[in-house]
This record gives sequence, structure tokens and C-alpha cells, in this order.
Amino acid sequence: MSVLASTPSAHLPSVPSTSLRYISRTRSILAFAKREFRDALASRWFMLYTIAFSVLAIAVSFMSLAGSGSQGFAGFSRTTAGLLNLIMLVVPLMAIIAGAGSIAGERERGTLLYLLAQPISRVELLLGKYIGLAIALCCSMCVGFGLSAMVLAWRAGGVGLGSFAMLVVFTCTLALAMLSIGMLLSVLSRRSGVATGLGLFVWLLLVFVSDLGLMAGTVLFKLRVQEVFSIAIFNPLQAFKMGVIVNMNASLDVLGPVGTYASHTYGNALSWILTSMLVLWIVLPLMIAMLVFQKRGGI
Amino acid sequence: MIHAHQVTKRFGRTTAVDDLSFELRESESIALWGSNGAGKTTLIRCLLGIFPFNGRVTVGGHDVQRWGKVARSLVGYVPQELAFHDDARLGNSILFFARLRGVGSAEAVRVLEMVDLCGHENKRVRDLSGGMKQRLALAIALISDPPIIVLDEPTSNLDASGRGEVVETLRKLRDSGKTLLFASHRPDEIHALASRVLVMEKGKLISDVTPSELWPTHSAIQTMRLYISMGTDESAAVVLRDAGHAVNLNGHGLCVSVPHNRKAEPLTVLADASIRVRDFEILDEINMGPKELEGAQS
Repeated sequence: MSVLASTPSAHLPSVPSTSLRYISRTRSILAFAKREFRDALASRWFMLYTIAFSVLAIAVSFMSLAGSGSQGFAGFSRTTAGLLNLIMLVVPLMAIIAGAGSIAGERERGTLLYLLAQPISRVELLLGKYIGLAIALCCSMCVGFGLSAMVLAWRAGGVGLGSFAMLVVFTCTLALAMLSIGMLLSVLSRRSGVATGLGLFVWLLLVFVSDLGLMAGTVLFKLRVQEVFSIAIFNPLQAFKMGVIVNMNASLDVLGPVGTYASHTYGNALSWILTSMLVLWIVLPLMIAMLVFQKRGGI
Repeated sequence: MIHAHQVTKRFGRTTAVDDLSFELRESESIALWGSNGAGKTTLIRCLLGIFPFNGRVTVGGHDVQRWGKVARSLVGYVPQELAFHDDARLGNSILFFARLRGVGSAEAVRVLEMVDLCGHENKRVRDLSGGMKQRLALAIALISDPPIIVLDEPTSNLDASGRGEVVETLRKLRDSGKTLLFASHRPDEIHALASRVLVMEKGKLISDVTPSELWPTHSAIQTMRLYISMGTDESAAVVLRDAGHAVNLNGHGLCVSVPHNRKAEPLTVLADASIRVRDFEILDEINMGPKELEGAQS
């Protein structure tokens, strides 16, 4: 090894000013976000999910067009409705697993200790990783949606493009919410296997069990329609589904008495209520993850 | 540069670091000596503000529990277990840490040249040898030219040649005025680099001495592991220390470093104290060459 370096700094830095702290914080968050984005793009699972989602989205687009019986008949709107169920299965799984592996994976590999020994804060690390994964997830979904949109534009023109664009925005919001839940599970777990297992459990709970549980609860406890609606919107997937349907300017009556009740009671405010629920699912788990990660200390 | 005051760290019922205080002055070099489980690594992690603890540590005047980020900006850290993202390329790894420390790519190139890793930027970290990974960790520690370098057993995974290179680099760093704090099991490294040795056992600071006080002879040193009757190991450690030996006590036995021509001494001392030694083995021989002795005297 060749000759070294400079002498130590003669003056030790004092506590930086607020603006310098802000710059340093932004720099660290961006560094983590950039690395996380690059790592996600390079990972096999991410490629697999992107390809699977794209193939399914294109397949749904073709089937919607075939089902319409004529080219151009509300191509985007029909596809939006068709994609809804696919999204509710694939996107939450993809996002929650991505989040679950983030901190727990670093912890298991031993890299977390090394990162925390750098001049960064735990919040910067968590936020940076969240932003990087969020951008990667949104890009992955945009590839699928983009290919689907190309098929539709080619075969059906631009009818219903607005509802399709709204679906993309809502899906990204759902992905961010599930990513937040995944990050929280990751912070709480010592091993990435445990975090992934918990993630799968939560996914199953939200996708299947909550629906069945709500149905059973409605019968058993004779829940009133407003109570069923209040419970349902606390599930981010239900909030997403109702949000997309409302924003397609379709009637929530398709969801039965609960949908009818919601449409009649909340009217135009319903869209905002459902969007707020999704945003709450982004903010709340991420805030709790930050608090736990910071308060718990250690690695 | 580092001031530790009554540092205590507990994991459940186990006390890993117990009421430990010391001061590391600018341009000084301190070694942490102690057996596995003595609390060296935990102490280092407390000093970096990675673990919460009771007591107070300041680095460059900044409380690590309150201003951890500022305090860590003054420290370059080389961990015991080298943990990098294996799929990342060396060049990307060093640039990532350069960004975290707020320095440009020119600094990254400078430190890669310093540790002879230039030309390997496109290699994936998993394809690097143990020695190259160690040099990469050292490069990352030096990237923002911090005044303090903290190393946790920096040569434990290296062969003799790799060890020599790292010790030589650290010696140059020390001579250039950097403040060093390192954990080590090797008397030769400590002689070569340290001006003071903090001897730790079961989380406590047993003594704060110079390397020459710990190993008064300049001849080759051998480390022996003694297997002593159950329940008498702690009193054996006390007896040996009173007789002037450097002793480590851990779950696997009691290790004592002695000059190669005085191996029987610990056995005699223990026999005189009526402590029975069931068995012993010689772990390694460390030659205190001219460089080490020169380092010890400087």
C-alpha cells in the first residue's frame, strides 16, 4: 500500500447549522434511494414480478377487447375494471415482500451495522430505502401498464384513457401503502425470512381473510351497513378498489348495499375519504417504522 | 478526541461493558486487549453510537448519543466482519460511501490508490479476496480523511502477508497524526501500533498500561491456553496477573501470553497457588521483530 494521506483535520467540526443538516440529510437519503433503486432493478425477483405483471396486464387487455365484441368500445375502461382484481392480488404482494426484505435483509447480511457506523441517521437510512424501493416499484408497474396501454391504444384508440391513468395513480398509491407495511414488518423482524413470512401473512389477511371475516362478522354480529363500510375502508385493498370504482365514475352499487350506502351518504366526498385512507396507510406504518427503528437502537 | 465516562451496556441480564471510562487524546493510539467476549466489540459499537448505553461518550466533543451523526463523521470504522453488498461492484461501493460522507469521486479514487485497489473498480465485491476486502474497508474508513480511525480486529481474517500490509498502513496513518483505536488479539500488532493498551475482561477495564508493561520482554511471545479446574479460572487469572502475565479469560479457557522461553512460568505460579491445570495448548508464536519493537518505542 502506498504512502498516506494528509494529517488530521486541525479543527474539529462544530454541530452543523439547520441548513447544513438539511443538505446532509437530503444527500444521505438520495444516496440510499439511488442504491436501493439500482439494487432492485438488478434483482431477479423484481424482474420476475415486472415480467409477470406486464404479461398479465397485456393478457387482461386483450381479453377485455375480445369481450367487448367490437374494437374501440370503451377499451380502457373495460381493461381498468379487468385489471382491478389482478392488481389487488399482485401489487400488494410485490410491495410488501420488497419492504419486508429491506431492513431485515441488511440486518441478516451484517451490512446494517456497517451502514449505521457511517455519519447517517436511522431515519435517513429508512427513508432512503423506502424512496428507492417506491420508485423501483412504480417503474415496474408503469412498464406493465405502459405495455397494456400500447395494446389498447393500438386496438381500441384512446377511449377511457382518463380512467386508466387514474388506475395507474391509485395502483402506485396502493403499492406505496403496502411497501410501508412491509418496511414496518422489516424493522420489527430480526431475520428477513421472518419478515417475508409476516408479509405473506398480512397479504393473505388483507386479500382473503378480511373479506371472509367481514362477511362472517356481518352475519354473526348483525353489523349495520355503515359499520361494514367503516370496517371495510380500513383495509387498504378495499379502499383501493372502491376508490378506483368511484373515480371511474361508476356506481358503487356494484358492491351491493354497502356501496349503495356509501354513494348515497358521502357522495362526492367518498373519493377523498378513500384516497385519504390509502395515504394514511402510507404515512402511518412508515412513521411507526421510523419510531421503532430509532427508539429500539442496536442492530 | 474520544472521552468515555462510565459506559455500561447490558444485553438483558448480561453486562457486556461495565462502568468503563477512558480518554483517547489526539494522535494517540490505543489498543483494546482482551479475550473473546471481553466487551471490545460492544465498546466500539457504543463509541460509534450504534448501541444505546448508559454513561457518556464524546467524540471530538460531540455526545455520540445526541449528535451521533456529527460524531461519526469524525471516525473511520473498519468492522471485524466485513459486510458489503456482494453483488455490488467495488467502484460503486466506494462511490456510495463517498456520497454518504459528502465527498466527491476524486476522493474515492485517492483512497483506492492509497490502498492499491485502483484497477479493480469493476470487480464485484464477492470476487475480491479477504485481503482486498480488508483494504476496501480501510479505504472506506479513510474516504473523508477523518481524524480518528477505529478498527475492530482488522487483521483477524488475514494471512501473514496481508497482516503485515495492514499493520504497515496503520503505522503510517498513526505517524501522519491520525488517532487510532483498535481491538486486537495479537501482541505484535499492539507493540507495533499502540502507545497504550486497555486490558478488558468481562466488560470491565482491568488495566491501562503501555505495551512494554504488558509484555516486558522483546523476545518471541507465545499464547498458551490453560484448562483449569471448574470454578477456579477467575482466581487463576488474578494469580497470573499478580505475577505479571497478560491474561485473557473466556468461555473456552484461560489464555496467557508469555515469552517463548518462559512457558513453564504460568504453570509454576498456579501450582504454587494450589490451582490445578488440567491441560494446556500452545496457540501461536508471535515474533517481535525489529519493526514491532521500533513501533513500540516510538
